[in-house]
Order: sequence, then C-alpha cells, then structure tokens
Amino acid sequence: MDGRTPFAGTALQKAVFPNKLLPYLLLAPQVAITIVFFYWPASQALYQSMLKEDPFGLKSQFVGLRNFAQVLGDPDYLNSVKVTIVFSVSTAVLAMALALFLATAAEKVVRGKGFYRTMLIWPYAVAPAVAGLLWLFMFNPSMGTFAYLLRSAGYRWNPLLDGDQAMLLVVVAAAWKQISYNFLFFVAALQSVPRSLIEAAAIDGASSTKRFWTIVFPLIAPTTFFLLVVNTVYAFFDTFGIIDAVTGGGPAQATQTLVYKVYNDGFVNLDLGGSAAQSVILMAIVIALTAVQFRYVEKRVHYA
Amino acid sequence: MIEKRGIGRPIAHVVLILGVLIVAFPIYYTFIASTQSLTTILRPPLPLTPGDQFVPNYSEAIFGGIGRIGGVDVLTLLFNTLVMALGIALGKIFISILSAFAVVFFRFPLRMLFFWLIFVTLMLPVEVRILPTYKVMVDLGMIDTYAGLILPLIASATATLLFRQFFMTIPSELVEAARIDGAGPLRFLKDILLPLSKTNIAALFVILFIYGWTQYLWPLLVTNDNQMNTIVIALRKMVSFADADTPWHMVMVTSILAILPPVLVVVLMQRWFVRGLVESEK
Repeated sequence: MDGRTPFAGTALQKAVFPNKLLPYLLLAPQVAITIVFFYWPASQALYQSMLKEDPFGLKSQFVGLRNFAQVLGDPDYLNSVKVTIVFSVSTAVLAMALALFLATAAEKVVRGKGFYRTMLIWPYAVAPAVAGLLWLFMFNPSMGTFAYLLRSAGYRWNPLLDGDQAMLLVVVAAAWKQISYNFLFFVAALQSVPRSLIEAAAIDGASSTKRFWTIVFPLIAPTTFFLLVVNTVYAFFDTFGIIDAVTGGGPAQATQTLVYKVYNDGFVNLDLGGSAAQSVILMAIVIALTAVQFRYVEKRVHYA
Repeated sequence: MIEKRGIGRPIAHVVLILGVLIVAFPIYYTFIASTQSLTTILRPPLPLTPGDQFVPNYSEAIFGGIGRIGGVDVLTLLFNTLVMALGIALGKIFISILSAFAVVFFRFPLRMLFFWLIFVTLMLPVEVRILPTYKVMVDLGMIDTYAGLILPLIASATATLLFRQFFMTIPSELVEAARIDGAGPLRFLKDILLPLSKTNIAALFVILFIYGWTQYLWPLLVTNDNQMNTIVIALRKMVSFADADTPWHMVMVTSILAILPPVLVVVLMQRWFVRGLVESEK
C-alpha cells in the first residue's frame, strides 16, 4: 500500500485519459456543494464575526476584532473552555481505558472472540442524543432506577441540580458510546505487536503485567495517541446531542461546552456576531487538531 | 506459548462478560421499559424482566401517532430518517467517486486547486459553522426539505480522499489496456473501477449510513415541521423533565426503534463496518 497521507503518490507517473472537458464535469457536483454549503457559510462566519448586529437584526455595524475580544474576555466563555477541557479529557480517558482493558482481555481469549466483538461494537450505531436519553432515563432523579438505588443507599443524587453530577452523567454517556470505536482500534493494534517479543519477555520471567507495560503499551503508543486526538474531536463536536438531551448545558452552565455555547448564543440568545466569532475560534481549534493528527499519521506510516 | 496454564484466560472471559453487560445494559433496560405501562415506569425500581405491554405500546407508537410531537407516527419518522441516512450515504459516495476519478485519472489545469478546495473541508465539521449554514438554507428555501437535511452534510472530503487513495493503487497497465481496447473514461469507470471498488463502497456505506442516521444538531435546525422530523429529533422533543406528562413508555419504544436499524446494519455488515472504520480514519 502507498502512504496514508492525502498527498502521497502525486508524483507517481500515471496513465491518464486525455479528455479536456470531462474532468470538470465530474468534479462539478462536489465542488458546487462544497462552495454553496461550505465556503459560502464559512466566509459568512468570518464576515459576521466582525459585525455587531442590533437584537432585531435590522442594522449591523463593522466592529473589527471587537467580537473576539468580547468573547475571549467573557467569563462565561472561559468557563465554557474549562468545561470543554474537563469533559473532553474525562471522556477520552474513560473511554480509552475501558476499551484498552477490554481489548487486552479479548486478545487472551480463544473461544468467543467474534461474539464478544459483536456485542461490544454496536453502541457505535446509537445516536449520541439517544445514548444521552438512555443514561438520563436510568439516572434521572424522579423515576430512574439507578437514581432510586443511589438514594436508597443514602447518596444525594440529583444531576439536574448538581453540576458535578451532571458532568459525571454526560461523561459516562459520552464514553459509553465511544468504547466500541476505541476497542476496535486497540484490538487491531494489539494484534500487530510481534508475538516473539512477548514470548522472549515471558521466557525471561517477566510477569504479564510487566510485559504489558514495558513491551505492549509502548508499541501501541501511536494508536493510543491517534485515538486521543479522535476522542477529543468526538468529545468536542459529536457530543452536542448528548449534552442537549441530558442537561441542556446546565445546571448553571456546568456542562456548557464550546459547541453548545455557539448554538446557544446564536440560536437562543441571537447574538450573531458573538456566535460567529466563537465559530471562527472553533475552526482554528479544529484545524490545529487536524494538523496534529496528520503529522502523526505520517509518523505512523514510518512506524508500520 | 505463554499463558497456556494459569488463570489468565478465565479472568479474560469474566472481564469481557462484564464489559458486554455494561455496554449492553442501557439498551436492555430501555427494551424492558418499552414493554411496561407508564405507571410501572414512573414507580422505580423497574423490574428486570419484560412486562406485558409489548404489543399495545409498539402498535400505538408505530401506527397510532404520538400526541406529544404533533400526532406523527413513528413510521413517518423512520421514513424521514431513512431518507436522510440513505441520501447522505449514497450522495457522498456518488459525488466522491466522480471527483476522485477526475483527480486521479485526468490531467487538467487547476487540478490541484480543485483537490485542495475539497480537501480543506475535511477539517471542519458542520457543528462549527451552523449559524451561517443555517442562513444559507433559509436563503435557498431549503428548511423542512429532504435536500436541506442531506446536502450540507455531503460537503465533506473524507470519502473523496478514501477513493482517491484506492484509485491510486490501480495499476497504470489497466488504464492503458482499457484505452487500447477503445474504452472511454466513463466505460472504464463503470466496467473496471466500480467493480474493483465494491468492498470500499460497502465499507463506506455502512459508516456513512450510521453517520446520517445519528445526526442531531443539523436536523434539529432545519426541520420545524413535525412531519419532517427525524426519529432522533422527535425523541428529543418528546422528553421534558419540567413537566410530568412525558409519555415515557412511548419514548422507550421510539428509542428502541431508533436504535434498531443502524445496529442491524453494523451487526449484519460487521466485516465492512470494521474495515470502513479503520480505513476511513487512518
């Protein structure tokens, strides 16, 4: 196989068709959709982020970078940054740790491998908003069975009022959905660790725990790092449904992530300039994360 | 061999079984709830075995219509969601194959510019540009239409890159042979390239179908009409914690029906799913 980077192999001599017009026709659908639904709105976001609109949307005024200054100086926004970091890191760590644990177990068994895999991968297909609803249903204070059990055990459980408990609930729901994905990648990574290395260590008397941390874990580090980036992106963007379904950003903004705030400020509070400025900041974050990921992908090709 | 003896393997089984239980439990619990009457659900703890309301609950949801979301029945919701998921999956595959084909098998002015134009979109999920994209939809009159649900989510480069990578592994000899035999580019695409891409298309289809089925933020914005809701959105609208009359038994039935189709796709097309996941993300 050739490289995984998007540009690998462009120098390759390739037999081509000599048509002049056809390639443009072939490209037309995708380019048209990309321009209308991507470049146009993205440039609108950039433009809007420098405007200040009155609440009725009647007049707008060019204010330069003032929206950005306002957003970055807003304690609510900074709180939202903090919430996003706590949420993303917790979700990624929880989902990856559980998945790695299960994947190492799956490596050991001989019988039932296929069965376990099937049973572990299907939460991937559950929509985030539905996942959120299910967890909320189990843990909501008025009729959730688990909330009932927690209360019977004397624990004060109310995620609708307590910010930390709300955060815990969205993290668990978000991580639950992501286990399948991480599990598949960890299984693939573990299979690529050479058996001979592990056997040699076993002959030297290294315990299975020691073998894991000194040989297996360092060898699967590239996958771990890749998953860290993917899980972070997931926690940033794909969890909007979970948060909207479980907490709606509350209580008292305790679970208001950056994406949720873009939505909330733009569609609920109708602060168009501020919301657009936040969009632009988010775009910058995504581009940075993607760049990190691509750098890593190049290394990985080298490694494999 | 290592660990033939010892207790490693039984422990691994125990760990996996626990893992499966944790992963599967929320769904099982939902299924249990979907077979209970509303009064049973409102009085925790819920029993751990199915109740006797399976037939009445499901038939009410599927055929009767749910008052909370404007009397729309679940079949309509499932149909909307299916149209959206299929539209996104097939639409993306279609435009991606064409553009990847153009970029790999032709040389023309501005080729790399077009490639970059598409490639950049890889980086930005629709979530970060929702408000302006929403405005574009309003301007184009695409609110409450299937096109509005589908088209903006097709504008992404992942599938194009995937096909491009695969096309570049096609040996030049194949192209030359086709040309010598007098096959034009479209003939080559149809008779040689598409059959060779079958597994890639299947893998991508599974991933994109699930992506489309599970969308939330976008359908929430572009559908106002209850008749146009996807099942996930309708589900969200049915639930309210502020007041006591959320029809929880209906919510649970709808959840199960929302989960079932994509789960079946994943389980039945597991081989392509795993392949698609690993390939499209690398």
